[in-house]
Amino acid sequence: MISIRGVKHSIQGKPILQDINLDLPRGGVTALIGPNGAGKSTLLSLIARLQPLGTGTIRVDALQIGSCSDAALARVLAIMPQSAQISARLRVGEAVMMGRYPWHRGRPGKRDGEIVEETLRLFSLTSLADRFLDEISGGQRQRAMVAMAYAQETDYLLLDEPLNNLDIAASRHLMRLLRQMADTGRKSIVIVLHDINYAAAFADRVVVMREGRIVADGAPGAVITPALMADVFETDAKVHLVDDRPVVLV
Amino acid sequence: MRLWLGLVGVLLLAVISLFIGVIPLSPRDVFTDPEATRLMLTSRLPRTLAALLAGAALAITGQIMQVLARNRFVEPMTAGAGQSAALGVLLATLLIPGAPVWIKMCLAAATTLAGSVGLLVLIRPLPPTQPLLVPLVALIYGGLIGAAVNFVAYQGDMMQYLQVWLTGELSGVLKGRYELLWIAGVAAAATWFIAGRITLLNLGDDVARSLGINVRNVTAAGLLAVSVVTAMVVVTLGAIPFVGLVVPNLVSRRMGDNLPRTLPFTALIGAGLVLAADICGRTIRAPFEVPVAAVIGVVGAVLFLILLYREPRHG
Ligand SMILES: Nc1ncnc2c1ncn2[C@@H]1O[C@H](COP(=O)(O)OP(=O)(O)O)[C@@H](O)[C@H]1O
Ligand SMILES: [Mg+2]
Repeated sequence: MISIRGVKHSIQGKPILQDINLDLPRGGVTALIGPNGAGKSTLLSLIARLQPLGTGTIRVDALQIGSCSDAALARVLAIMPQSAQISARLRVGEAVMMGRYPWHRGRPGKRDGEIVEETLRLFSLTSLADRFLDEISGGQRQRAMVAMAYAQETDYLLLDEPLNNLDIAASRHLMRLLRQMADTGRKSIVIVLHDINYAAAFADRVVVMREGRIVADGAPGAVITPALMADVFETDAKVHLVDDRPVVLV
Repeated sequence: MRLWLGLVGVLLLAVISLFIGVIPLSPRDVFTDPEATRLMLTSRLPRTLAALLAGAALAITGQIMQVLARNRFVEPMTAGAGQSAALGVLLATLLIPGAPVWIKMCLAAATTLAGSVGLLVLIRPLPPTQPLLVPLVALIYGGLIGAAVNFVAYQGDMMQYLQVWLTGELSGVLKGRYELLWIAGVAAAATWFIAGRITLLNLGDDVARSLGINVRNVTAAGLLAVSVVTAMVVVTLGAIPFVGLVVPNLVSRRMGDNLPRTLPFTALIGAGLVLAADICGRTIRAPFEVPVAAVIGVVGAVLFLILLYREPRHG
């Protein structure tokens, strides 16, 4: 379980996150939504110890963020940061193998090779394995980045806007894959989504943030309402129920 | 396979280098004529080894510096590290003239390290969207330290020594006068053990940390290797520019940036380039010699321009 207690965060005196209390139990897909600048990326990077935590505590299973070692956390939690832009010229297969680093510590074994193969297959990247990351499309690169985090084989997977650059087929494919990993692989996935309809269709739980606070938390059907659209997103979009799932009409 | 080809090429160059010079030598002489054996062991072999060691080490540490600076166009020799090394030996020679060589060497390595750290601190805030700003700032930084070196040398009446450190040359290499380069070779070879982690740094600090890399320690280890190699080369041969810039860029272009895989090639090509340049320098105006730094300066500048125009997308 990821357990967040009393987290506050400010950058240069400007408050970014306030009074964050959140429990994310093992398993399931949690979508984090909210307007731009709400603090979603900041929250993910605090959980993944990419920024120093000031006030409050965050625990991932038995590991306390801030005092546990980077290497230990790397075997439990993987993150794909929003700004994951790689300037290095790496082949797709090599990049996915980098995700295995916490396990092989620089000496990839046979098992690492097998996991990379399997990951590439799962993410439909096998045919691109030998292509350089800077010589494939933005969407393919995005998929490779998610694959790299997946290959880390952690219980927790944090993804910051992984659908960026993906077309509808690739987006649905990726979301289904994540859904399946949560259902059969017992992975716990926290995903920042831009498009509320993807959150409604694929997440078990939706956490809504605005101006550094959590303002709603619950099942998609309970959270995604016209009132939410008006209060949080400040738009008068209609919400319909289709197959018992809320759908925001744009 | 390709590695073997490269190895054969470099060995061929080495054989040529062993038998080129003012005094003609044939392979048979070396075994029959004691004078020829002596020449081979005290001059030709050390010179060839010096070129190979310096070339390989400079190419490897150039690649590492480019990862640490997150920029492909930075090269330690011209970006402050080379000038800092010259400053180190100069100060050592001026302030503690009687000191043994190893003390001067340590001082040179220390100033080089300080110079490299200074560069990284200086370029860190530069926007990644403007990749050409970094080499520009690096060039100015190197120029400033170079000016300081000139000033100190002028004040200390050491201008004639300065040329020795600023222009890399192999004509002075003799047995007993190049062995510091083995330290450079060892330092460069040792980076093999952190090559995988350095590659991960290239994915960005966040990704590297999330994979459990200690970014600080790996950066420090990389900088140490860069500084030791630069200092040793400057102290024993003088500054040799462009090797650390052109070779890693060529290799990256063809083979990518997965260093555990590419560093052996980087080393081989660097060694071959410096040795070939020295062979040229010895032959084009024989019996006079053109310094290896001058030959590489010309060849390297042309290669670098080609790279710049061929590859506008990658910073
Ligand atoms: N490095 C930074 N310096 C200053 N302000 C920042 C920095 N990073 C983020 N912020 C601010 O923090 C707030 C939350 O940002 P972020 O977590 O990226 O939001 P989201 O991911 O929800 O769009 C924004 O107001 C943003 O301007
Ligand atoms: Mg964000």
